[in-house]
Amino acid sequence: MKIVLDHLTKRYPSLKKGGPDVYAVNDFTFEIPDGKLIGLLGPSGCGKSTCLNLICGLTRATSGKIIFGDDDVTDLPPEVRGVGMVFQNYALYPHLTVRQNIMFPLENLKGKDKMTKEAMMAKAEEAAGLVQINELMDRKPSELSGGQQQRVAIARALVKTPRVLLLDEPLSNLDARLRLQTREEIRRIQTETKVTTIFVTHDQEEAMSISDYIFVMKSGVIQQIGKPQEVYDDPVNLFVAKFLGTPQINVFDGEVNNGKLYIGGEAVLPMPGVQSQPVHVGIRPEGFILDEKGPLCCDFRALEVMGRDISVVSGHKNCQNVAIRSIIDADNKVDTSSPTVRFSLKPHKVFIFNKETEERIRV
Amino acid sequence: MDYKSNKAWLYLLPAIAFLAVFMVYPLIDVFIYSFEEGYNSASQTSFGIGAYNYSYVLHDPYFMQALKNTFLLVIITVPLSTALALVISLALSSITKLKELFQTVYFLPYVTNTLAVGLVFMVLFQKTAYSDGMINMMINFFGGESVDFIDGPYWAKMFVLCLYTIWIVMPFKILLLTSALASVRQDYYNAAKVDGTSRFRIFWRITLPMISPTIFYLVITGFIGAFKAYSDAVALFGTDLNAAGMNTIVGYVYDMLYGDSGGYPSYASAAAIILFAIVLTITTINLLVSKKHVHY
Ligand SMILES: Nc1ncnc2c1ncn2[C@@H]1O[C@H](COP(=O)(O)OP(=O)(O)O)[C@@H](O)[C@H]1O
Ligand SMILES: [Mg+2]
Repeated sequence: MKIVLDHLTKRYPSLKKGGPDVYAVNDFTFEIPDGKLIGLLGPSGCGKSTCLNLICGLTRATSGKIIFGDDDVTDLPPEVRGVGMVFQNYALYPHLTVRQNIMFPLENLKGKDKMTKEAMMAKAEEAAGLVQINELMDRKPSELSGGQQQRVAIARALVKTPRVLLLDEPLSNLDARLRLQTREEIRRIQTETKVTTIFVTHDQEEAMSISDYIFVMKSGVIQQIGKPQEVYDDPVNLFVAKFLGTPQINVFDGEVNNGKLYIGGEAVLPMPGVQSQPVHVGIRPEGFILDEKGPLCCDFRALEVMGRDISVVSGHKNCQNVAIRSIIDADNKVDTSSPTVRFSLKPHKVFIFNKETEERIRV
Repeated sequence: MDYKSNKAWLYLLPAIAFLAVFMVYPLIDVFIYSFEEGYNSASQTSFGIGAYNYSYVLHDPYFMQALKNTFLLVIITVPLSTALALVISLALSSITKLKELFQTVYFLPYVTNTLAVGLVFMVLFQKTAYSDGMINMMINFFGGESVDFIDGPYWAKMFVLCLYTIWIVMPFKILLLTSALASVRQDYYNAAKVDGTSRFRIFWRITLPMISPTIFYLVITGFIGAFKAYSDAVALFGTDLNAAGMNTIVGYVYDMLYGDSGGYPSYASAAAIILFAIVLTITTINLLVSKKHVHY
């Protein structure tokens, strides 16, 4: 089932007296296609949870509409929307066993939806099977590892076969290895159930790796929507460019003059048809080519070997980052005795942005 | 014992010494007194050892009256005050406006002197030859007969004593319960709401289990406190509680020691030991029950 948000806005009064209102979600208008996994991505406090709470019905919208399939659900309470939600710290009821936790949503059903105990057990067992926790059914949440608790929370969210699955930073309480495992798991479950899923995270790598589409947001405003690779390769502004990718994009103070891009006096790339102006220059770490005659001269600092690749750490007076990180193939030989290192650049890995608005300047 | 635990014992020593002198020694002493028959405090001698003191106390109609009063007080006030405190705390935690004001109002009795509260209750409930108290005026207004709550029938006096006790213990319970309620994470309620859980079910299946340790704590301390009640009765009915028929076990112990009928430390000790046994039994039962029903 597809979800449509139509000018959805949530305004909170300022926490400080007399301050301006906070637009936690500001005029969201977009469509989430049926059966896809969406990564809602943005820094902490940008309104991701608010957006999710609006969609699930825990928070009421200030204005705008939420449409599930053909139904306007804007004014409906959560339980009739058909959503399953996984909370950041799982919110498993500590005094109930795993089985009771998973059955809890089913026990709430009333009227014609009311289920027999056996039917509930079977349904719970089925949901548990999906996340592979059948052996843990009689334990209490406190007797489970973080990853297992996560699975229980997902099973509980899925047991009513919701139309939409919402996950609010579901991996942030797990250690690095479990995080990797669990995100694969979430992808697998989503593929199996084909339920439209919104996955909230502030970790771009997480979002990029499992989402069909990512929605990048900042201070309540959607910045860019697209397939992860597309957004990475074609960011609309400096914020998106900086937010996606590890290591981070290297940003320089530069200038376009007479159709050429200059960084600190050196013409590094031709920029035909771009008005002369000062710009931010973003260069992806993989956009550097080791080249003795290259135009960009940096102060060499260190070499980090990472097996397949090597990372050259260097500095440049015009660089806004603490250090320039460039990833190059391990076949390259780096002269570590030289105080400088020279690069030429791959044009499609270099983006320029307006100095004031930080919007992308298309070449 | 290694150095570290030596040090730990050293730090504990003052507390242990204090407890030993002021708690353990008197307890043992009371236990011994209670078995010494015909103890004379002036000559510090006794006839012998036996269970006569217990037999005397258990056949003393005043003690039986005190026992009955205490049990009634416990059985009525502990569940009522806890339930009432829970209702008020729930109401308090669901309002946003004037929350602090109400919390302060409900806490005021806690910092008010119990004797002062007793005085106020007297004024409210007393009926003299010349005037009726406030409560009686209200009863009259609704067409009822005046009742003397302080010197009148037993049920009326018991009613006032229970009401007074509930009034006194309520603020502490509300204080603890509101903070217990506040410590239940909003996440649980959100999760329940997404699943369409009714308010009633949220209370029974989520809130109550989550605050069960606090409730249990309040019940246990409530039982113990009510069993040890004395000053409340004095505040309402004066020091001659036997005459008023409103004595409690602790009141009986006191009377046996210092009252008009006083000077019988052996009987007092026996009564105290009986109380100790009762409280110990009830608390043990409480603990056993809680193991099953309290979630930590
Ligand atoms: N109940 C609320 N009252 C006032 N402001 C709120 C409330 N909930 C969230 N906000 C504000 O809305 C913004 C977005 O919050 P949130 O959606 O929790 O961000 P995220 O989940 O992306 O970290 C924050 O600035 C936060 O302070
Ligand atoms: Mg959040």
